[in-house]
Amino acid sequence: MSKSETRKYKVIGTRPVRHDGVDKVTGRAQYGADIRPTGLIYGVILRSPHAHAKIKSIDTTAAEAVPGVRAVVIGKDFPDQVGRIVELGEGAVNMRHLSANVMAHDKALYKGHAVAAVAADSVHIAEEAAKLIKIDYEPLPPVMDVLGAMRDEHVLNKDVFTTEMGTANPDSKASNVAAKFLFTKGDVNAGFKKADIIIEREFRTATVHQGYIEPHNATALWNADGKVTVWMSTQGSFTARNQTAELCKIPVSDVKVVPMEIGGGFGGKISVYLPPVAALLSKKSGKPVQILMDRAACFEATGPTPGSYMKVKVGATRDGKIVAADAWIAFEAGAFPGSPIAPGCMCVFSCYDIPDARVEGYDVCVNKPRTNAYRAPGSTQVAFAMETVIDELCEKLGVDGAEFRLKNGAKEGTRRVDGPVYNRIGMMETVEAIKNSEHYRSKLTGPNRGRGIATGFWFNAGLKSAVVASVNADGTVMLVEGSTDIGGSRTGIAMQLAETLGITAEAVKPQVADTDSVGYTDVTGGSRVTFATGIAAVNAAKEIQKGMVARAAALWEVDASTVKYEDGGIVGPAGKKFSFAELAAKIHEAGGAIIGHGTCSDIEQGGAFGTHCVDVEVDPDTGKVQILRYTVAQDAGTAIHPSYVEGQMQGGAVQGIGWALNEEYWYDDKGAMRNASFLDYRIPTCYDVPMIETIIVEVPDPAHPYGVRGVGEVPICPPPAAIANAIHAATGVRMRELPMSPHKVCAAILQK
Amino acid sequence: MSKKRVVSTTINGNVTEFLCEPRQTLLEALRNVLNLTGTKEGCSNGNCGSCTVLLNGRPVTSCLVLAVEADGAELRTIEGVACGSHLDPVQKCFLEGAALQCGICTPGFIMQTEALLAQNPNPTESDVRFHLAGNLCRCTGYDKIVRSVLTAAEQKRAAAK
Repeated sequence: MSKSETRKYKVIGTRPVRHDGVDKVTGRAQYGADIRPTGLIYGVILRSPHAHAKIKSIDTTAAEAVPGVRAVVIGKDFPDQVGRIVELGEGAVNMRHLSANVMAHDKALYKGHAVAAVAADSVHIAEEAAKLIKIDYEPLPPVMDVLGAMRDEHVLNKDVFTTEMGTANPDSKASNVAAKFLFTKGDVNAGFKKADIIIEREFRTATVHQGYIEPHNATALWNADGKVTVWMSTQGSFTARNQTAELCKIPVSDVKVVPMEIGGGFGGKISVYLPPVAALLSKKSGKPVQILMDRAACFEATGPTPGSYMKVKVGATRDGKIVAADAWIAFEAGAFPGSPIAPGCMCVFSCYDIPDARVEGYDVCVNKPRTNAYRAPGSTQVAFAMETVIDELCEKLGVDGAEFRLKNGAKEGTRRVDGPVYNRIGMMETVEAIKNSEHYRSKLTGPNRGRGIATGFWFNAGLKSAVVASVNADGTVMLVEGSTDIGGSRTGIAMQLAETLGITAEAVKPQVADTDSVGYTDVTGGSRVTFATGIAAVNAAKEIQKGMVARAAALWEVDASTVKYEDGGIVGPAGKKFSFAELAAKIHEAGGAIIGHGTCSDIEQGGAFGTHCVDVEVDPDTGKVQILRYTVAQDAGTAIHPSYVEGQMQGGAVQGIGWALNEEYWYDDKGAMRNASFLDYRIPTCYDVPMIETIIVEVPDPAHPYGVRGVGEVPICPPPAAIANAIHAATGVRMRELPMSPHKVCAAILQK
Repeated sequence: MSKKRVVSTTINGNVTEFLCEPRQTLLEALRNVLNLTGTKEGCSNGNCGSCTVLLNGRPVTSCLVLAVEADGAELRTIEGVACGSHLDPVQKCFLEGAALQCGICTPGFIMQTEALLAQNPNPTESDVRFHLAGNLCRCTGYDKIVRSVLTAAEQKRAAAK
């Protein structure tokens, strides 16, 4: 099932060592914090101690007087922004809100909100000076709960009005409810009338963080010629450039973003926090300024994924067919609008073929950091709700979970509640893979043990990518790409170029370029890079093929129409033949460089599914849940580099395990996060998890020349539900709140 | 700012003297004074293990050690793991086993693994997981890291024979 018997490709499906690997195991790879431009000084950001407060005045005179301090900036130093919506690659952003998020203007909207910044000769001087900034706050009541916020007793933003399906109602009053979405298919009331059994349940999930190990960083130089260079860790150098230029009100071509190696992102390194601040400090001081965010600020002041309240109702017939489904979902957007409520609504019923359905969703502002993308944004929350309800339906109907999913699962031709009809997808194949797995068929024995399964979906984005490839005389190819590489994608792209040219993966030398050196490329997000930048690389390879054919024809003095590119070489009439390397060695004697350009623009991916199976043991005295065995089956379309496909599946599953069992923002009644460290916000360690078994399912996506589907995001969606279902199998209790931490599981067992 | 101190150490086999402020951590001195940026900062409070170095052979989170405490000590950092252009088996196994995705935690994991294999050349999976539990990785789910450590242990044992 996982791999075809005969190899279809030469390079695709092999496991070469990644091109950037040696640098990363020797400490030579340059991450954002490792850059040292000459004359570098250091910036520190002062943050609000209040979750909600008016800023009445700021006095920076004492800080500016400290020897070694070179510049101080506050919110009013940033150019005024109109409320213009800018597309950032994985979601649109209101520029006025983005500016007020980067630095508070008249109001602090969450604890940790940036209010001032200092640059000095050393980070210690900057820290001491920042403490001398006097800020007069008028604290306001914090609004922390999503349902409470919807009552609008305290409205956070006076410029936020409820939009319906993205359209503003001009008569509405300012509200914490920033958007309302409604998707319907068929007649949900009529549908429920056909049901023999209906399950309706409420769910809550806590705010959780991406937890990338490398904190945010930015180093900016505002040069005397007005040109700004930013070295940073980012998922999208071009979107970072757009945001920085917009926030500083300078032309986009005056900003160069140099993407350094990036230490994890998971969606959290798309929005900018530091670059505009470092840029303004550099403008004021005339020196390059480096700002490294500390871990507490990463938690308190970047973009986690929303906490949620959800109600899901599903009806089925006695013979196990889903007839109708209804969901009501509210996501905490944080201080400014923009939670992934729309994708949440689109994902909730995405794994099933449901004739009559309805989904209503709300984007709600609360005094928490403005949420941002996190691996399949919105999908994990709703999968937790839906897949738990499905498990309960299966229990009540007395049917096997895998069989139920095979009977009701989405397939080619299924219309989602939000409208689109699926092309060829592999949902059923992932369920089959789990059903047939040794894990699922094995007998689980022992007290307090249980098994659960769950399925998840993510759309996968297409967006825009660009690459340039040029042939070296030694038969290798330089590949310059705009996609920042978080997890080995350089190699995956290089392999697609190599496959198309019929050369080895090692003969391609990939590198990620800055924004002055390659065409516009959207973010590394939406599981899109191996797909879309891969297509760009295939297109570049085809242009190289054409160039090689023309060059061979000229050398042979034959008509180009008689020459073909074939099997990694160039073939002409009368048995004439060049290998790629042979012709490459001659190009400088005959016409010079051969360069292939490739782009990919808005090609839609087919979407991807995964089904997970987990065995747990629950300690009935403490409520602690131990993962005994875990298997991920996922449709990768075509696995370009199977090791890194498995790596995404394993990493996503373990992130999902953390979300399921431990991770949450703990807020006190003043709206302060009380666990803003890796000690207290507990992500899984290697001692918490077993080996993660993987089954790569390959249902090629017809939209990609080699059938690639993005694999990065799907694997985080099923774990919380699969684990909740396993906990039920082990203990008989249904957990409907994340995280399912020991005290909650213990309380649920005691209440049984 | 108080007066700078002279710290005399041996780093990766080289006798090294440097100046630092008493408040500077070893991590800060390595990265900002000595420009040894292979040691990474992930949390600066000892919770993530990214800044792990070996101090007199013991793994320490260098963000929790003051630079002045390294006076007279022997230090080993990620820059000193490969022997010239020959990668250490741990580095080689991490590469070949795809034990890294973003790579920011990798130097810390490699140092911690070096410490483990020096004291226990034949660890079980459980030994590896216990020993590496202070090093956080958010990308890999640990599977390929643990496998690579076990393979490296095997290769080191074979080489020692």
